[in-house]
Amino acid sequence: MLEIRNLHATINGKEILKGINLTINDGEIHAVMGTNGAGKSTLSNVIVGNPAYEVTEGEIIFNGRNLLEMSTEERANAGIFLSFQHPVEIPGVSMTNFLRAAVNARYKAQGREQLSAGDFLKLMREKRKIVELDNKLTSRSVNEGFSGGEKKRNEIFQMAMLEPTFCILDETDSGLDVDALRIVAEGFNKLRKGETSAIVITHYQRLLDYLKPDIVHILIDGKIIKTGGPELALEIDENGFNNYIQQ
Amino acid sequence: MEDITREFVNKDYEYGFHTDVHTEIIEKGLNEDVVRLISEKKGEPEWLLEFRLKAFRYWQTQEQAVWAHLDMPEIDYQNISYYADPTANAKKDGPKEIDPELMKTFDKLGIPLEERMALAGVAVDAVMDSVSVKTTFQEKLKEKGIIFCSISEAVKNHPDLVKEYLGSVVPYRDNYFAALNSAVFSDGSFVYIPKGVRCPMELSTYFRINAMGTGQFERTLIVCDDDAYVSYLEGCTAPMRDENQLHAAIVEIVVKDRAEVKYSTVQNWYPGDKNGKGGVLNLVTKRGHLRGANSRLSWTQVETGSAITWKYPSCILTGDGSQAEFYSVAVTNNYQQADTGTKMIHIGKNTKSTIISKGISAGKSQNSYRGLVKVVAGAEGARNYSCCDSLLLGSRCGAHTFPYMDIHNDTAIIEHEATTSKISEDQLFYCQQRGISAEDAVSLIVNGYAKDVINKLPMEFAVEAQKLLGVTLEGSIG
Repeated sequence: MLEIRNLHATINGKEILKGINLTINDGEIHAVMGTNGAGKSTLSNVIVGNPAYEVTEGEIIFNGRNLLEMSTEERANAGIFLSFQHPVEIPGVSMTNFLRAAVNARYKAQGREQLSAGDFLKLMREKRKIVELDNKLTSRSVNEGFSGGEKKRNEIFQMAMLEPTFCILDETDSGLDVDALRIVAEGFNKLRKGETSAIVITHYQRLLDYLKPDIVHILIDGKIIKTGGPELALEIDENGFNNYIQQ
Repeated sequence: MEDITREFVNKDYEYGFHTDVHTEIIEKGLNEDVVRLISEKKGEPEWLLEFRLKAFRYWQTQEQAVWAHLDMPEIDYQNISYYADPTANAKKDGPKEIDPELMKTFDKLGIPLEERMALAGVAVDAVMDSVSVKTTFQEKLKEKGIIFCSISEAVKNHPDLVKEYLGSVVPYRDNYFAALNSAVFSDGSFVYIPKGVRCPMELSTYFRINAMGTGQFERTLIVCDDDAYVSYLEGCTAPMRDENQLHAAIVEIVVKDRAEVKYSTVQNWYPGDKNGKGGVLNLVTKRGHLRGANSRLSWTQVETGSAITWKYPSCILTGDGSQAEFYSVAVTNNYQQADTGTKMIHIGKNTKSTIISKGISAGKSQNSYRGLVKVVAGAEGARNYSCCDSLLLGSRCGAHTFPYMDIHNDTAIIEHEATTSKISEDQLFYCQQRGISAEDAVSLIVNGYAKDVINKLPMEFAVEAQKLLGVTLEGSIG
């Protein structure tokens, strides 16, 4: 599904990613763990095409296509979804109008017929239930006046609406209490279809308890320094990153 | 973001075509003879000629004011023709014939003049250059006693009404452009809604400038008698020209006891090209007089066109308990300049006014809100709420707010809020990650920002206005 080769990237001229290699097959969940500032969020931003970051070397292949030649919205409409660590507020734009535009864009890219207003609202109602998102939130402006937990649920709700094939969860667990974490994680699991792949960026094991990654990577100083199975995450949870930083 | 936004393809002005129709244009220049000639061509009575001449003589003694935040090109008043009549040929063939080219023009603008094809529930007065081409549904409205016609027709058929109200809200001495308009005004609409009548259709006037080297001096007069109601809409477009074209209009509205007038404008004059060449100079005096007790007037405007916009649709709240509203979205892009806002003059007791202004600036444009809230000594219990927001797209444009308050009564409650915001790169990126193109994202955000005002428009026009906001801002955020 996704193959990253020798990826180097900078922001404001400072190199953050220093040669990432990563292969994710259909249906796999990869956890990326690492210290603050190691480059985890940079990695997710570069994959989805945030124009603030510059790729200086390497390539990313997504289902045979050269991702780095695609615009941000083309990547999104090809099925890549980022659950933001800090979802931004857009005053004046209702969640309904926002998602309508997004779903329409996706359907257009797929050559599918646009949903009628009635069908669209019905779809919203169905998907909202998966993450137990309150009705009143969808009539508000995008993320405006949402609590931290509501914003994260809202991200997964959008994922449900857009049905991506490749998801990046960027610290979706930060700022969530235990119950909210469960709802979000279970929501994600319900939405995942067999071939859906994901990168899960986290500091903690507790999200991985629910999401059960196939492969765990440790990212330190812009490089993946160790890759292993789920047991690697448990080890980090117990001992922290100190062993790896000293290496 | 500068890069993303500069990449947008700038859509051309959609209404920039010219109609090839025989037009009788009088020679350029302005003097008393020209004023007399216009009056003669329109077959006006002596009192109206006198009105024009007084205005002209006053205008000659005045100079253009310079207080607006506008870089105004010098206007050579002797290099403009003050009367252009595209219906001159047809008139020879008989008064009822309309040149098919003119019908086609309005069709192309989406304003069919055949009643059977017209937008449901909307009567239209179509004005091209100096002359009203056609007014639809006049007969139907007449059944209710409603008069809807061009002002020239009104002068002929309802001289007493025109004489009573013309210049009663905007006297010719009001300002430089009001004096000019009063001297040379050509056509515009006249509306009279009799006592207790609720006008069953939207009334609308569509203004089109076509001829080259001419100015348009529209004059509209609306009188809404006791307990009557009317919703009125004005739209405007012009061809693309390298030179600036002058549009200096006056709109006067009289609202009597318990009557209500809603006046909506979607202004889309040619804004000039991307380098700021050409475009209409839109210099307009609009004012409503809420004479009657518990009368209501609302101005709703969506201003997207013109090289320069200078207009302050205002309300004089004389009637006790009268209520006035001003809702405005003004968009400027490229090198456009707008200095617009309102004046709310509270005179009666327990009067109330609301001002919602949304400025959107893009490109290298300058967008100013200028508003006055005045409460005179005797105006007990006056209330005003003002909210003036500015949205900046890009970093080379300017947004300015000039609120004036002049309060002479301690019981007044006046609230003022203002914000300035910018579409952030993070917001655009968030939308794009959800598959929405940057262009659509800007349109979504701008429409969200402007929706409080757009929602005040009659529904058919709200949809048009939404589209217009998107089109106007394409290629904008550089």
